[in-house]
Amino acid sequence: MTATLGCVTLSLADRLTDLTLSLHEGEVTAICGPNGAGKSTLLSCLGGLVAADGGLVTLGGRLMRNVPVQERARSIGYLPQSPEIAWDVSVEVLVSLGRLPWGDAGAKIGRDAIEEAIAAMDLGALRNRRVSRLSGGERARALMARVLATCPAWLLADEPLANLDLRHAIALMRRFREQAGKGRGVVLVLHDLATAMNFADRVIVLDRGRLAADGEPAHALRSEVIEQVWGCKAGWLGERGMRALSLG
Amino acid sequence: MNRRLILILVAALVVAVPLSLLAGRVWIDPIAPTTRNAALILFELRLPRAALALVIGAGLGVSGAAMQGYLRNPLADPGLFGIAPGAALGAVLSFWAGYAASVWLLPVFALVGAGGAMALLALIAGREGGVALFTMAGLMIASLAGALTSLAISLSPTPFAMSEIVTWLMGALADRSWREVGIAAPLTLIGVGVLLSAGRGLDALTLGEVAARSLGLEPRRLQARMIVGVGLAVGAAVAVAGVIGFVGLMVPHLVRPLTDRRPSSLMVPSALAGALLLLVADCLCRVLPLSGGELRLGIALSLLGAPFFLKLLLDMRRGLA
Repeated sequence: MTATLGCVTLSLADRLTDLTLSLHEGEVTAICGPNGAGKSTLLSCLGGLVAADGGLVTLGGRLMRNVPVQERARSIGYLPQSPEIAWDVSVEVLVSLGRLPWGDAGAKIGRDAIEEAIAAMDLGALRNRRVSRLSGGERARALMARVLATCPAWLLADEPLANLDLRHAIALMRRFREQAGKGRGVVLVLHDLATAMNFADRVIVLDRGRLAADGEPAHALRSEVIEQVWGCKAGWLGERGMRALSLG
Repeated sequence: MNRRLILILVAALVVAVPLSLLAGRVWIDPIAPTTRNAALILFELRLPRAALALVIGAGLGVSGAAMQGYLRNPLADPGLFGIAPGAALGAVLSFWAGYAASVWLLPVFALVGAGGAMALLALIAGREGGVALFTMAGLMIASLAGALTSLAISLSPTPFAMSEIVTWLMGALADRSWREVGIAAPLTLIGVGVLLSAGRGLDALTLGEVAARSLGLEPRRLQARMIVGVGLAVGAAVAVAGVIGFVGLMVPHLVRPLTDRRPSSLMVPSALAGALLLLVADCLCRVLPLSGGELRLGIALSLLGAPFFLKLLLDMRRGLA
């Protein structure tokens, strides 16, 4: 498969067949699909974490495999599924790990980026709190601040809403939208189709490694696609931006 | 926070080193030494012994801190890598090869053993650089080396050799000279340097392997650094002093709450605290009145370490660690 991030073309490993995508900065792109469809594989390939043998991923016009590791790490922020924090560090130290690709956590530029990320995620009051004392929503914000501290052009997150309640999920989605508004390319693996419908600019539907649909949410997630890919009869209710899925 | 901790530890060492030189079976009065051969005792016995305690303690402390960071587990110990058991096996084989033939035989055999364990570890786990496979490989090598060591002991040529081997394995700094310092210091120094250079990678690993790679970590490079760094520091320690356990486990654990808990900020304080712990423990071993010689350092630390380990487990169970 081949995918492009903004100017990123990505091509993928065995899980994904013949996939050609071009992703754009300044957009929230949601990757949806049933379990085992290859969503996480696609995201890893886009992030340059899995070599796409037989496929090509390009970043800024260059093949991903030719992009130096350090440069890739600076341009693509990646939030894995069920992120781990091994040591009970403070929020500020956690966020500062985002500067590792730049190696400047101690310098002025690095400090500024860390402060900006902390401010963007409203973590000012929690900066000295240890991560074990954070609630689920605060933890998700802190982890996102860590990715933002890198100042990446691309923000990739694998099911960032898992384990978040409704309020925190929506708050986090708004923040992803904000980041897209600042020109970043945001690519999210989302399980909840309504979230994808309401918050994404574009939805990519994968089915067993194939591209089942790609386009505006209302188009990519229309009832026929849902029935074909998930095998459920479903229809959308409500207004644009506040849609709900009704299962028949 | 970190800088202050380092300063405090350095200050403690500055106080502890001269004091340790005066203590022992013969106490030396620093102002008006009345002891015969005071200079000889100081410069040929106690100074090299103190230097060795500092070098080995620092190496074991850093190795433990790096290991815990690498395995993301506060219970990790350099012994888990199988390098210390590998070195011990090498040393035991030197008894077979007639170690009395040359003073170099034992340390060289031990270093070869450590090198063998390192090579095996790299061979088994090196391909993909994953931590899980690495841990299993380390455990396998440790148990294999342990079994072979037991075999070598049980087949030992003479009862005298057997008791010699067993005593040596217990680890001690008694009767060491500048020669041992000359062997251990440069190797440990290189090992510590390699481990310090791994600090950023270990910090990234805090977020798990996938996130660490997305931050630019190259797992195989980090793994190579771990094997070489721990191999040199621990191999050198075993080569000159036998097996001294628990330092690598205890020291980082005690130091961690005093730092910001990033693996990289743990390394230098762990080196200093390890040096301090070994120096003080060795001093106490020397001073403790014990019929039939002195308490062996390896035994003393194991006696101290086992309850510490137990407490750690209990704390973890309560979710406090």
